[in-house]
Amino acid sequence: MDISVNRESLETMRVFDLATTPLRELNSALHAIAPGTNDTNFEVVNPRGSHAVAVGIDQPVTVEVRGSVGYYCAGMNDGGTVTVHGSAGPGVAENMMSGTVVIEGDASQYAGATGRGGLLVIKGNAASRCGISMKGIDIVVHGSIGHMSAFMGQSGHLVVLGDAGDALGDSLYEAKLFVRGEVKSLGADCIEKELRPEHLEKLAELLEKAGVTDVRPTEFKRYGSARKLYNFNIDNAEAY
Amino acid sequence: MSYHNPYTPPRKSATFDDYTLAEIRRAAATGIYDIRGAGTKRKVPHFDDLLFLGASISRYPLEGYREKCDTTVVLGSRFAKKPITLKTPITIAGMSFGALSGNAKEALGRGATIAGTSTTTGDGGMTDEERGHSQTLVYQYLPSRYGMNPKDLRRADAIEVVVGQGAKPGGGGMLLGQKISDRVANMRNLPKGIDQRSACRHPDWTGPDDLEIKILELREITDWEKPIYVKVGGARPYYDTALAVKAGADVVVLDGMQGGTAATQDVFIENVGMPTLACIRPAVQALQDLGMHRKVQLIISGGVRSGADVAKALALGADAVAIGTAALVAIGDNDPHWEEEYQKLGTTAGAYDDWHEGKDPAGITTQDPELMKRLDPIAAGRRLANYLKVMTLEAQTIARACGKNHLHNLEPEDLVALTLEASAMAQVPLAGTSWIPGKGGF
Repeated sequence: MDISVNRESLETMRVFDLATTPLRELNSALHAIAPGTNDTNFEVVNPRGSHAVAVGIDQPVTVEVRGSVGYYCAGMNDGGTVTVHGSAGPGVAENMMSGTVVIEGDASQYAGATGRGGLLVIKGNAASRCGISMKGIDIVVHGSIGHMSAFMGQSGHLVVLGDAGDALGDSLYEAKLFVRGEVKSLGADCIEKELRPEHLEKLAELLEKAGVTDVRPTEFKRYGSARKLYNFNIDNAEAY
Repeated sequence: MSYHNPYTPPRKSATFDDYTLAEIRRAAATGIYDIRGAGTKRKVPHFDDLLFLGASISRYPLEGYREKCDTTVVLGSRFAKKPITLKTPITIAGMSFGALSGNAKEALGRGATIAGTSTTTGDGGMTDEERGHSQTLVYQYLPSRYGMNPKDLRRADAIEVVVGQGAKPGGGGMLLGQKISDRVANMRNLPKGIDQRSACRHPDWTGPDDLEIKILELREITDWEKPIYVKVGGARPYYDTALAVKAGADVVVLDGMQGGTAATQDVFIENVGMPTLACIRPAVQALQDLGMHRKVQLIISGGVRSGADVAKALALGADAVAIGTAALVAIGDNDPHWEEEYQKLGTTAGAYDDWHEGKDPAGITTQDPELMKRLDPIAAGRRLANYLKVMTLEAQTIARACGKNHLHNLEPEDLVALTLEASAMAQVPLAGTSWIPGKGGF
């Protein structure tokens, strides 16, 4: 680990070079942060597609990852701000509790899976199952998302500036989906719904947080659950 | 002399027996398949079909009540910084808060703690009561991820990645709306009163290579402290065990088809998966082939009821067992004390399995506040502790008779089978012969 000075904040920046430092050392250091300390800025260089980078953060640390990462980057993040200056493999920010994760490039499958809070911003595209089983997380994708996204989404918001693939929102519960482009097809029990003022307000808030300045909330369509599959009925069996 | 046709009694079909006919009528009337709790009710080859040989001239026994027969088991010694040590190899299987009442979960924690063993969360997350009353608590990591959070991961003593369970290998679950109280709904991030599906696949990994990375993530989040179990249903025990080991598991939990569920289709419970007895030897073989027997521990569950069952599972190569249904019975499930109320529900004590409906007279598989009050968690915990201690003592009694000073020293050579099926599955000789079907060329 190297220690350098972050010129902007004049605070200590701890640099972990994953070409020479074991992953375990990075994550242990992130977990060892004492509440209230100022020593909260981390930089990760040479991630080279490593899995489980910056997982289990439970303090308001800032982590800049210079390069692309493998599976589960920022998994279970609780309060940290993690920026990946590259692309992310499957399951980025899975089960996030709170905080912010920004992917400057693209994200693979299951981005934000089961996330319970916080904000995940993907500046490129996201692959299939983006926001699968989401439970409160907010996800903003600047590009497009793949098939089966928001499958069984329970709560939270998925905002897509581009297009959505097949079976968007299949078996959806109460997650709210906003898509600006085309939706290839909707999944079981997912329907287009009215975009009401409270939704426009929420969209504006999320777009601002995600650094989107050139898109208006009125350009989106809203999708949600028809709630027909909430209690089992044999006559709905063909929907499954 | 006149001839009269002799009376021929009506003959019912063996194929279309009374139960089958009733099921056809029930399906036709209701338009829904039967959903129920518990494991398979059909008779399958089981531990009852095995016997211990005991000591003889060539094997000498240990003195009961005098010579020590150790029952300690260490789980998670492969990678975890903090493996867990249990006084008895009988653990409590995963059962969810939601499926079970808070009092029932507390009772399980209390009983397990008194007996020096572990209990396990379920699909619905960890409650403070459960954590508080369980000295050693295993936290299940399930496809639904209901209630999953890093704080609870860190306050668990071990983590169990659930791939499947014996009652329904390949199946998810459904907690029906009537059991979704405010608290259950809140823990699962869903509205009250709606059916809550538990997915059959994990949302963010598929296959053994992904599982290896998922386990890495869980280890990194918990700083490599916690033992990580992988639980599979009894379907392809050789390969599932081998793949779990390859993925980095510290412990493999293997659940046969007698293992219970809170709510699953009867057709699934009765027709998918293999009996527990058929699962053990292939799993042990996989561990032996990889040089990992006793290094990666094997926990067997599904129909374990007595110390004899425990001893047989261990003799076949398991390191520990888990009990679910038997633990519920010990704390009061299906007790004849409530027979009048079971009758009102159209069943009888010993057969009640509509655990998903939330009307359990014993106050165990319910979220109804009035019914829940019927279960005193302190008294019920004591009953469970008694039962666990009796089972442990029974297993020790058998082990001593076989000359073993640790339950883990029991071995297949100590066993014979009563039936061809059990002989083939357990790979021990048919009693009175040296023959094991499939071995020795025929």
